[in-house]
Amino acid sequence: MVSQAARAGDSAKKGAANRKVKLSVRNLTIRYGDVVALNNANLDIYENEVMGVIGPANSGKTSFLNAINRMSDMRSNMTVEGEITFNGVNIRDWRNVYALRSRIGVVFPLPVGLPMTIYDNVTLSPRLRGITDKRVLDETVERCLTRAALWDEVKDRLNHLGSMLSGGQQQRLTIARALSQDPDLLMLDEFSIAVDPVTTMRIEDVLKELKSQMTIILVTNLVQQANRLADRTSFFLNGEHVETGETEALFEGRTQDQRTRDYIEGRFG
Amino acid sequence: MFAATERDFQYKRTEKMFRALFGFMVLILAIPVLMILAILLIKGGPAISMAFIFTDPTNGMTEGGIFPALLGTIWLVVVSMMASVPLGIAAAVYLSEYAPDNWVTRAINLATINLAGVPSIVHALFGVGAFVVFFRFGTSILAASLTLAVMTLPVVIVSSWEALQSVPRAFREACWNMGATRWQTIWNVVLPNSIAGILTGVILQVSRAAGETAPIMFTGAALFLPFLPESVFDQTMALALHLFVVATQVPGVPEQLPYGVALVLIGIVMIMNTLSIWFRMKLRGKKKW
Repeated sequence: MVSQAARAGDSAKKGAANRKVKLSVRNLTIRYGDVVALNNANLDIYENEVMGVIGPANSGKTSFLNAINRMSDMRSNMTVEGEITFNGVNIRDWRNVYALRSRIGVVFPLPVGLPMTIYDNVTLSPRLRGITDKRVLDETVERCLTRAALWDEVKDRLNHLGSMLSGGQQQRLTIARALSQDPDLLMLDEFSIAVDPVTTMRIEDVLKELKSQMTIILVTNLVQQANRLADRTSFFLNGEHVETGETEALFEGRTQDQRTRDYIEGRFG
Repeated sequence: MFAATERDFQYKRTEKMFRALFGFMVLILAIPVLMILAILLIKGGPAISMAFIFTDPTNGMTEGGIFPALLGTIWLVVVSMMASVPLGIAAAVYLSEYAPDNWVTRAINLATINLAGVPSIVHALFGVGAFVVFFRFGTSILAASLTLAVMTLPVVIVSSWEALQSVPRAFREACWNMGATRWQTIWNVVLPNSIAGILTGVILQVSRAAGETAPIMFTGAALFLPFLPESVFDQTMALALHLFVVATQVPGVPEQLPYGVALVLIGIVMIMNTLSIWFRMKLRGKKKW
């Protein structure tokens, strides 16, 4: 807890002028077999910012996330070229892929409550890291569920199955599970697809608070969600990273590429 | 507008017809099973007693009990499952969770499924060649059990593989994304949610191993032994073979004796299957996702 507060403080001092690069992507090309999912993308993501990623379906957004935590290792037909640097180290040079992934929390489009108790869902990551102290685990469960705005709803039934919660609750459980990793980077992939509007707003509020403690990549198909949450926004289209800019500027129409403007203003297709 | 049309009546008739047809099929299926059970109970029931189960056969197997054969079947099943269950589950875990999806894996899968269809007498001959002769186990419980293990292995693998595959991929992805290794994912998420299916497949193979005659008659089961086996290197009697012997090979056996043996054999199988269903209900208990 202390280290987290210190980290947040550090980045605040550095301020906007001298922003530290959290994740840098150079010449990233992702293929599935011969099909190119993302072609030669270059962008930087700064510490403690919310980076919105928008674009229509099939534009390479999810592939981009999968490349960052090296899920390509688990898929025989997915190849990744180029360089991704996370915390100053090339992700291929991390001492092992599991250490890398444990620093990155992921939330999926469809909620995934694992078929174990709510308590076990949230303590799985700490337990995988070898933490067995009941007090530490209890504290983690309460802290993460509270931060994910789920604690009040489930505190009296932590031994119920996580996979039997409602969709919106499962999505918040997924977020709590991601937070239990104490991640540096939180990646959300269209998290609101299967969630009702009220829950979506609650989760968005959660994300606004989390921003001070971690970097967030928010892939979304709701342009207005990026507008509400993202400091900067990237536009992906058909496997091309079209541009990245300050969200405010992009939504005021100051885009470098006409296609970005058309997409944001809903004049596409 | 809301009146039933000719087409509605036709749908209704078709629906009724198929319902009757499928119901009739179930009846055809159930009749032989019920008749077998009824005949065995009527003809073999009087033979069953504590003495029948716990004494040796006497007077050239025309009198007495079946204890050595019953004990031998238990030996064979236990030893063969000790070999095929760990091996089969491990192979299924590899094929389902680790193996890359390429032609080698697909070839192995295909071979496994085909192996499950090989007649048991072929397994028997393989067992003689491999375990009795080549590994010099002689005709023994070990050789017979390993032959049974080879026979049941493909089905253990296939049924375990299916149970593992029934766990949604999203659960694995969620685990991997957290930084879990493949093994941690298997141990924490995949196995706990597939163990019921795996065990069901295994227990069904137990009953199959108990009932097979061909694979054991050349590899370790004897027609008659005056002593009980003391180690896996001894020969043994077995229920299935004993039934074959008293029913066809020995003259002057009273009619109720083979029926009694068959009843005990089917009883073991039914107890196993009931256990398997009970186990599955207990483990699955309620819907988990």
